[in-house]
Amino acid sequence: MHELALADSVVKAALSAADDAGMDRIERIVVKVGELQQIKRELFEFSLTNVLPAMDSRLAGVKFEVSDELVRFQCRSCGIDYGRDEAGIDSDGDQGEAIHFIPELSHAFARCPSCGSPDFEIRAGRGITLERIEGSSEDDPG
Amino acid sequence: MIPGESIDPRAFAIGDRLAGVSRVIGVTGSKGGVGRSVIASTLALALADRGKRVGLFDLDFTSPSDHVVLGVERGFPEEEFGIEPHLAHGIHMVSVAFFTGDAAVPLRGDAATSALLELLAITRWGDLDILVLDMPPGLGDTNLDVIQLLPRLEFLLVGNGSRVVIDSVRRALQLFTELDVPMIGLLENMRRGNEQAVESLADTAGVPFLGSVPYDQDLEDALGHVDLLRASAVYSVVKDVLPAQQSTAPS
Repeated sequence: MHELALADSVVKAALSAADDAGMDRIERIVVKVGELQQIKRELFEFSLTNVLPAMDSRLAGVKFEVSDELVRFQCRSCGIDYGRDEAGIDSDGDQGEAIHFIPELSHAFARCPSCGSPDFEIRAGRGITLERIEGSSEDDPG
Repeated sequence: MIPGESIDPRAFAIGDRLAGVSRVIGVTGSKGGVGRSVIASTLALALADRGKRVGLFDLDFTSPSDHVVLGVERGFPEEEFGIEPHLAHGIHMVSVAFFTGDAAVPLRGDAATSALLELLAITRWGDLDILVLDMPPGLGDTNLDVIQLLPRLEFLLVGNGSRVVIDSVRRALQLFTELDVPMIGLLENMRRGNEQAVESLADTAGVPFLGSVPYDQDLEDALGHVDLLRASAVYSVVKDVLPAQQSTAPS
């Protein structure tokens, strides 16, 4: 379950962003999950909501919003844009497992459906990003 | 955070993942073919033999070979709140080869940076006296990334007496000095004669000269066999590269 490690990095990034913004309390954390990494959403969200908020009082009562993003590859050889299902990845075997841990290892297994090139850019849907935090400061009026 | 701008959260976890690691030693050399992987792997083996808690992280993502040097079977790492390095010969190892097998991994610089970030964010190294990094050749993305991302980084440079290597290592020494990266010193590998070029370079650059590994025509036979590696010339030199008192362990 390395989803806990990923969730932990999200919360650490959110706390750092809260520091930068002078927030004393984080009320909402918005996270985007890329399709390529195939994380186990239940474990990831369980880690976010049930395990990690206890690590810092600023997270008391925090709500998480997790959305999905489809993966899009762009071939650097012929230029076409394609998705995971077209890339020829064996998602159920070792290939899917390797990409689950390190999405860049898709370069070892995925191929452009048009020209067969392994030289592509992952333009969207790679992994986890922190999109936004919302919170408040004790100094806020009202 | 800046409105409308997302954050890659992975870098924020690196400090905690490496909190139990006392020293991080990057074995680098800027020029390909100087024997970094053999030096890095054998150094890790010698330290483990000395009873140290050692990690070995193969950062040559496109051409990993530490597992070949040490004769380690491939296998997925254990997954436990992150990933646990694979333990072999007393060394805690991470290599993309454990994930990809024999497949080629063509990575451009930005993808290599992202793979490094991912592994640093999810790998639970635990308590180590020393984490040895086997750096890729050159002074490109991964070398610059580890300088930026890894706390307590020190470089151990590897070179040989060839003029093309000397020229390359001189540039690396200049860069690391300019970037204020601590350097353990310069180790000469594959020494063939009595040339003093590597020692002179270390002297000129003001970094310790760590010794010379003689060219060993039997080394190829020792690759993959740790008992033969332990009897090799490279082992006999690298085992003394780090004085015992320098590697203090956290309790």
